[in-house]
Amino acid sequence: MDEARVARRGLSPRLWLAGGWLLLALLAAIFAPLVAPQDPLAQDLMLERLPPFWLDGAEPGYWLGTDSLGRDLLSRLIFGGRIAFIVAFAAATSACVIGSALGLVAGYFGGWADRIISRIVDVWMAFPPVLFAILLVAVLGTGLSSVILAIAIIDWTRFCRVIRAEAMGQARMDYVESARIAGYGRIGIMLREVLPNVLPSVVALLSLEMGIAVIVEAILSFVNLSISTDDPTWGSIIAEGRLSIHQAWWVLVFPLITLILTVLSFSQFGEALKARFDPVLR
Amino acid sequence: MLLQRFLVRLLTMLVTLFGVAIVVFVVIRVAPGDPIAMMLPPGASNDDIARLRALYGLDKSIVQQFFIWLGGVLHGDFGTSISLRQDVLGLVFNRLPATLELATVALLMAVAIGATAAILGARSRGTAVEAGIDIASGATLSIPDFLWGLVLILLFGVLIPVFDISGRVSPQLDLPFVTQFYLVESILRLRFDLTWDLLKHMLMPAVALALPLAAIIAQLLKQSLKEVLDLDYVVLARVKGFSETQVILREALKNAALPTLTLVGVQFTFLIGGTVIVERLFSYEGLGNMAIDAVINRDLPLIQGIVLVFALLFVLINLTVDMTYALLNPRLRHG
Repeated sequence: MDEARVARRGLSPRLWLAGGWLLLALLAAIFAPLVAPQDPLAQDLMLERLPPFWLDGAEPGYWLGTDSLGRDLLSRLIFGGRIAFIVAFAAATSACVIGSALGLVAGYFGGWADRIISRIVDVWMAFPPVLFAILLVAVLGTGLSSVILAIAIIDWTRFCRVIRAEAMGQARMDYVESARIAGYGRIGIMLREVLPNVLPSVVALLSLEMGIAVIVEAILSFVNLSISTDDPTWGSIIAEGRLSIHQAWWVLVFPLITLILTVLSFSQFGEALKARFDPVLR
Repeated sequence: MLLQRFLVRLLTMLVTLFGVAIVVFVVIRVAPGDPIAMMLPPGASNDDIARLRALYGLDKSIVQQFFIWLGGVLHGDFGTSISLRQDVLGLVFNRLPATLELATVALLMAVAIGATAAILGARSRGTAVEAGIDIASGATLSIPDFLWGLVLILLFGVLIPVFDISGRVSPQLDLPFVTQFYLVESILRLRFDLTWDLLKHMLMPAVALALPLAAIIAQLLKQSLKEVLDLDYVVLARVKGFSETQVILREALKNAALPTLTLVGVQFTFLIGGTVIVERLFSYEGLGNMAIDAVINRDLPLIQGIVLVFALLFVLINLTVDMTYALLNPRLRHG
């Protein structure tokens, strides 16, 4: 009990930092055309591989330097954030809805529904997820909606497994039995009684999944299979940075820091939500 | 009891593999884009295209294609790669050892790092050391292997260039190997110069794969150790005069390790899944790197073969872990 309290007290400043970063990145992405100092697509070979502002040879207005085509890195990161957040919200929510619904049905109804859904989860878990994602995007064709769809198709199992186990536990509780005696139908009980009790886990997983979705999008961009090659994404900037690592390290370092901060923030949020709603820890 | 459990598991495993085969087959056939058209030079006649389609069996219905393919697979014939024009099984076996060596080295590192951190944390429980280990493992866990790989490339490939960040072995070296298990063979042949070169290439991708798993092991094993350390027999050992480290290593560890073992098994499959992108990142010539090329080239038979081999690896690991758990757990052994 002591330990949990310590953990929660220690979580608070971290939660503020995480929330602050996500809010900053989200606002920058939303207002990208107003915030970005340069056009993210404008190439200028006179300005290629400019270093970040504190190094010799930097140009004012190009705070984080430029890539090998002379494009402003900060502006590309800000615009790349748009794709990252759209994918994070859309893909994670879709995976969450599919996975939670199937998990709820499998856990609460049990029997054949559970057996079939659990077999499908087993099959899904036997695929290497990154390879599965690359394969799906290759099949669906590159583009924003393909990336979102691919992540939802792969990651629903994360929600399904957890929610199934929780719904199974809830289904054995006395309150479910009382609701049945009170005359509620099974689907009514599932939605009115069981669902609200598993919701905290759903929300915590959703936050974690957003971080995962950002990474998957970056991986897909990295192997050149995400959205069109023109629009900057964090993954495509990283791919460029990996190639010019010996000439312009900043093209890799800044998107990497951006990605790490974003992923850490999403997972801190998920952990904090889990701790807040977990009755044992509370 | 054990045999029955084994047979049930084996059956489930076959059902899972059959499911994987169906899913990958259906997904691939839905793909737009004609792989045959990509093989032929522009201006090839329709007859040529038809002949090639027949050669690869692409002129039959999707159900027919599936059972022809499945029949072949059961006889060890995975078809012919369209982009590399070689036997798929041969290609896969050529690359699989590189991936297995990388994954095994990564697993060993994860266990070593994770167990050390867990023992250290349990030994100094309630102190700043434990809090530090908690924070470090929490952060390490949140960052996936792909990002660790990039961090390592920056740190040890560019900033302090001590390790190789590209390839499996230095290209100028003359390799006397007859198998593809380079690391194992170099040790057996006592060619430690080659072992060192291989390890220098393998270390960075292996660490990237190992770190998230090491963090999970550290957290779970520390938790189990702390629970066991309050039990009577451990208290007795302490009263007998053993030091805290001795108590942990001699008494607590073997009883605390069982939950961690199960988890490591499941997580090892995630680690192997991670080799796909980590191999790409480090241009390591393993199965995962070949898989990405196969997808980009729309090489259907090769993709099918690789996915199926990965799936087989995953279910075999799960089966092994399950059986090991049953053998080690006294309650199941005598049940």
